[in-house]
Amino acid sequence: MAPILTVSGITKQYGGLVAVNDVSFDVAEGEILSVIGPNGAGKSTLFKLIASFVRPTRGEVRFKGERISGLAPHIVARKGVVRTFQETTIFKGLTVRDSVIVAHHLRSHAGLLGFYLGTKAAREDEAEFGRSADEILEFLGLRAVADEIASNLPQGSLRALGVAIGLAANPKILLLDEPFAGMNHDETRRAVEMTRAVRDRGVTLLLVEHDMAAVMRISDRIVVLNFGAKIAEGTATEIQSNERVIEAYLGVEDETIGV
Amino acid sequence: MSTSARLATLVIFVFAVFVAVPVLIGLTHRTDFYYTLSSVALLAIASGGVWLTFYIGRINIGQGAYALMGGYVSAILVVRYGVSFWITLPLAGAFCAAASVLIGLPILRLRGVYFAMVTLVLTEVVRLLALALPITNGAKGMVSLPPPGPISLFGLTLVPSFDTFAERNEAFYYLSVAVMCVCFAALYRLVHSRVGRLFVALQQNEELASSMGLNVPALRVLAYSISSFFGGIGGAIFAAIAQSVYPSSFTVADSVNFMLNCFLGGLGFVFGPMLGTLVLYFGWDLLFQAGQYQLLIYSGVMIALMLVLPNGLLSIRPLNFRKRVRPLIWRRS
Ligand SMILES: Nc1ncnc2c1ncn2[C@@H]1O[C@H](COP(=O)(O)OP(=O)(O)OP(=O)(O)O)[C@@H](O)[C@H]1O
Ligand SMILES: [Mg+2]
Repeated sequence: MAPILTVSGITKQYGGLVAVNDVSFDVAEGEILSVIGPNGAGKSTLFKLIASFVRPTRGEVRFKGERISGLAPHIVARKGVVRTFQETTIFKGLTVRDSVIVAHHLRSHAGLLGFYLGTKAAREDEAEFGRSADEILEFLGLRAVADEIASNLPQGSLRALGVAIGLAANPKILLLDEPFAGMNHDETRRAVEMTRAVRDRGVTLLLVEHDMAAVMRISDRIVVLNFGAKIAEGTATEIQSNERVIEAYLGVEDETIGV
Repeated sequence: MSTSARLATLVIFVFAVFVAVPVLIGLTHRTDFYYTLSSVALLAIASGGVWLTFYIGRINIGQGAYALMGGYVSAILVVRYGVSFWITLPLAGAFCAAASVLIGLPILRLRGVYFAMVTLVLTEVVRLLALALPITNGAKGMVSLPPPGPISLFGLTLVPSFDTFAERNEAFYYLSVAVMCVCFAALYRLVHSRVGRLFVALQQNEELASSMGLNVPALRVLAYSISSFFGGIGGAIFAAIAQSVYPSSFTVADSVNFMLNCFLGGLGFVFGPMLGTLVLYFGWDLLFQAGQYQLLIYSGVMIALMLVLPNGLLSIRPLNFRKRVRPLIWRRS
């Protein structure tokens, strides 16, 4: 089957610094692919390139065969490539439920004027968004905190809210940047299950993550970056025994790899 | 507030503005208040526009530019082309909205103090343009604007010519407060519709908003053009009341005041700019007694108010409500 996403020779230079250097890989539909690498390896930059938040210096990203590099980020999101953020980026002042409702924008049938005037289509949209938001909140275990102001949530729920906002946009591919960061063991375990469940809804998942145990458990395939360049690609077992990967990690910091 | 409480507030407000105030003025023969209160209403409209730019997370210190522009568009059309004031009113708003799209597209990419600074300069640019362009008549300004004529439909006079009023400013008072009510009703509806929620999403996080498919640049410009439309309308009516418009009719100080009106009233409340304008306008006049200390006391009080009441005057409520009051945030009713 043709890959849903193709990254070819993508490069991003910030002045003299090459943040991402000639990286190529494919993503198959329905898989969970993790991007790992030491701090500053270029993982977040790679995600920004895929979601078209920054323009590549060279190379391109194709989604279902169509070039998406260079398009405005909201257009790319409309096509189905949706990114969540490394920092717990949420709408701080909105309630959990409202955040998710707002995030349904791409599913609206009514236009802005329709929403302003409260036309039939707009009211139907609003009702549908409410239903769908409740379903997503239920699915991600956020129903209990639905009416909380988002900034009051604990770390674990914040990440889940980030995913909920991403899901509301009805993505084909969801890019999760460090979805398990700052979570304790239990939270991570639940989040891993949740991530799998998201995939089972038919969403292809790309994730950046530092929690190696979680990465090894969840990923179908792993891409490893070091100093912006891809140094390895393969299944969890292949990556764990890869010399260059071990070297990269041991060389930079004493983070251990393995389950 | 419950629906009935809101309805009651609305009825009281409309009654106060359209009945109680004119009756009081009639009883006390203080007809000068018609002019004063018209000014407050028009400044409130312009401030309401500024408030909307705040609502998408931009500090706008440039509303004076659009008020001036609106005043000139109306005045030029009336004086030079003999167009009826009533037609120039929406045209002035539309002209400002269109200009703000062109200006907004590049400058709305800036945030925080950078955007604020550019808008501040904008007022000065428009003032200098008014001085320099041939069509605006330079420093001499546009003067002797005729009062608005009648509006008739199928031979039926809906609004009599302002000339027929014994006290012309009474007619302007009704016009100003009516337009103010319409503008704020439109603003209220906007903020409480899904469009308002999208604006809050922008205000809270533009990156996240675009990652979920919002056309952030377009929405920003939309909010800014509505804001400028309000500025243009306010400026146009102002020119009609004053029967003139000069390059100095709206200056940087006015732009700053529009912003302060919003701060004072409360950024989290649609009607904040209305209250803020009223309080600030009369507060400034009262301080006139203080002579040379007017500005000092004024600034001191403003700073103190912002420290004590960061969410504005409208955040003063019974204690059990206060917890729920948050600035700049859309809340479900
Ligand atoms: N906007 C920018 N301007 C200049 N340099 C940047 C910019 N964004 C990222 N970089 C640099 O590019 C490199 C890669 O950054 P990136 O954020 O992609 O790393 P990362 O792999 O996500 O790291 P972490 O694991 O810490 O999140 C870093 O050296 C960073 O300093
Ligand atoms: Mg990163």
